[in-house]
Amino acid sequence: MIPPAYAPDEARGLWVFLEQEGGQLEGVALELLGKGRELARARGILLTGLLLGHGVEAGARQAIAHGADHVVVAEDPLLAAYTTDAYTNVSARIILERKPETLLLGATPNGRDLAGRLAVRLRTGLTADCTGLAWEEGTGLLLGEVTGFGGGVMASIKCARHRPQMATVRPGIFPLPPSDPDHAGRIESVAVSLEAGEIRTQILERVRHAGVDITRASVIVAGGRGVKGDFGPVTELARLLGGEVGASRVACDLGWIGRDHQIGQTGFVTRPKVALVCGISGATQFSVGVKDAGLIVAINSDPEAPIFEEADVCVVDDLFPVLEALIAELKRRRP
Amino acid sequence: MKPLGIIVCVKVVPKPEEVSVNPETRTLDRAKARSELNPPDMNAIEMALALRERYGGSVSLLSMGPPFAAPYLQVGLAMGADHAYLLSDRLFGGADTLPTSFALARGIQKIGEWDLVLCGEESSDGATGQVPAGIAEWLDCSQATYAMDLALLPDGRLRAEREIRGGHEVIAVSLPAVVSVKLGVNEPRFMDMELRRTAPAVTVWNASDLGVDPASLGFEGSPTVVGAVWQAKSPERRREFLDGTLQEKARLLAERIRALVSF
Ligand SMILES: Cc1cc2nc3c(=O)[nH]c(=O)nc-3n(C[C@H](O)[C@H](O)[C@H](O)COP(=O)(O)OP(=O)(O)OC[C@H]3O[C@@H](n4cnc5c(N)ncnc54)[C@H](O)[C@@H]3O)c2cc1C
Ligand SMILES: Nc1ncnc2c1ncn2[C@@H]1O[C@H](COP(=O)(O)O)[C@@H](O)[C@H]1O
Repeated sequence: MIPPAYAPDEARGLWVFLEQEGGQLEGVALELLGKGRELARARGILLTGLLLGHGVEAGARQAIAHGADHVVVAEDPLLAAYTTDAYTNVSARIILERKPETLLLGATPNGRDLAGRLAVRLRTGLTADCTGLAWEEGTGLLLGEVTGFGGGVMASIKCARHRPQMATVRPGIFPLPPSDPDHAGRIESVAVSLEAGEIRTQILERVRHAGVDITRASVIVAGGRGVKGDFGPVTELARLLGGEVGASRVACDLGWIGRDHQIGQTGFVTRPKVALVCGISGATQFSVGVKDAGLIVAINSDPEAPIFEEADVCVVDDLFPVLEALIAELKRRRP
Repeated sequence: MKPLGIIVCVKVVPKPEEVSVNPETRTLDRAKARSELNPPDMNAIEMALALRERYGGSVSLLSMGPPFAAPYLQVGLAMGADHAYLLSDRLFGGADTLPTSFALARGIQKIGEWDLVLCGEESSDGATGQVPAGIAEWLDCSQATYAMDLALLPDGRLRAEREIRGGHEVIAVSLPAVVSVKLGVNEPRFMDMELRRTAPAVTVWNASDLGVDPASLGFEGSPTVVGAVWQAKSPERRREFLDGTLQEKARLLAERIRALVSF
């Protein structure tokens, strides 16, 4: 056994890493606070947020309003934007001192960058990309539910003897908790000892698109290779239905639409009320991203397409005339 | 500029669509599944070969897995890699990310001269992109995950364009570094039949070749354990096929949608 950094009986509390951008918490951080609140209450333990950044006071208050009992804030100009070394070094120092029992992080690119590094620094186990979290009956250990093999297989993973038990969770898995401005909690600033020399990454340029968030859309109209480069009808239908545009990986790889729209294993997991899936074959790596939709409508010219196995309403036809007719129908019946 | 010593970590994985769960034992049935090189690792190999063409140097492949992985490493050699190393021992089996990244880091150190380690963004058989950051930590070097493009800067640092949530960033990191490469960022080249014929043999190392404590390897060295395994089941779907003219289909579609959303 690789010896743990600290023993299970020294460990206390459920912690959530609060990823932020410009002082505002990321959606997945709020989702984790919502789930964390429920998990902490079930065992009568405290829910603590770990917030690193520069000028993040508002984010700390946001965390309290979304369910944190306590927020540990580490502020330093060197923490303003994420770099592996700065965030790992500061998080590890705080964690080794405070010894949380559990640490949850969002499975965003930077959340995973940090989690993978931190888990090895702390010599502990990490359950990556969870689609569900629960306490194991009897032991109180964290059970992380994960999918493997493109979504075909599920497993539950636990970490028995090492602490913190770490897990990353994908955005959009847990609902956004309501904000309660009256919820009370303690904000604690901790001293940061971080030197520029510790950081081996220099950020040269950073581009964030205004960006859609398909994880919260209640209607998604998705296009794949079958749209042949033309997202026009898909986009028009999405707009008519008050929804967002989704896409298969292939459509994104071909540059027809931005990565923010990608559904699936390496994209986003969505749970809309209605998903219209147009010109997408339905590979498991795609389908894991829509399997929890309320209603799945598939439009595909190939009657053998696997997507029809997983759809409620199936239309075997060329997607272009079908979308055109549907758009006309919706416009005609518009009040 | 000095030539680059590049090591690419590649994993041989079962084809995801061919793996199933044995309902009685609730364990994975991999026996029937054919294997392949993990797709993003192919992009990492291509990236390494392109960097070697641009800056000179060498490309070594490193994998941890059962002996049957060796022929898949031959594929990478036939694409143009210079050497291939396979870490293979029963003691490595059942490893989660902590001992996997540890063994790979020790393998990298044993290979010796290196500036850059490239990995795929994630392995398709369950783990999810945590090994590259783990390797970087064991080696105490800089890291750039989810990279789309790499180049050397005049000052010798590595310039990496990488994905962030809702965008991208360009960073400069000092070498040595560990980088994970995004799936699909390039077109992996085909095997060269001449290289296939002349490629060197795969070097195989076991746990004692790495000189590490067996307790930090494989199942024994893994903090996490799998509690249960089951086949993913999507909610039952109605599979109602719509018939009729386009207009009739459109009308039915509109009805089904309106039942759930107002707009
Ligand atoms: C590690 C890994 C991760 C992956 N992650 C993802 C992921 O996150 N998301 C994802 O989507 N994929 C992912 N993939 C890729 C996935 O396996 C499939 O290749 C991909 O989903 C296929 O996209 P597609 O359905 O658009 O294209 P195709 O499979 O080519 O299907 C196109 C479909 O369009 C239909 N069609 C064509 N023309 C028309 C028309 N005029 N009208 C109606 N139908 C038409 C065809 O019948 C066909 O079914 C991943 C793969 C790997 C290896
Ligand atoms: N057993 C292994 N042998 C070689 N490389 C590996 C192994 N496991 C993971 N990797 C590398 O780490 C990347 C991410 O894998 P993972 O963290 O398992 O999702 C893969 O794309 C490989 O480049």
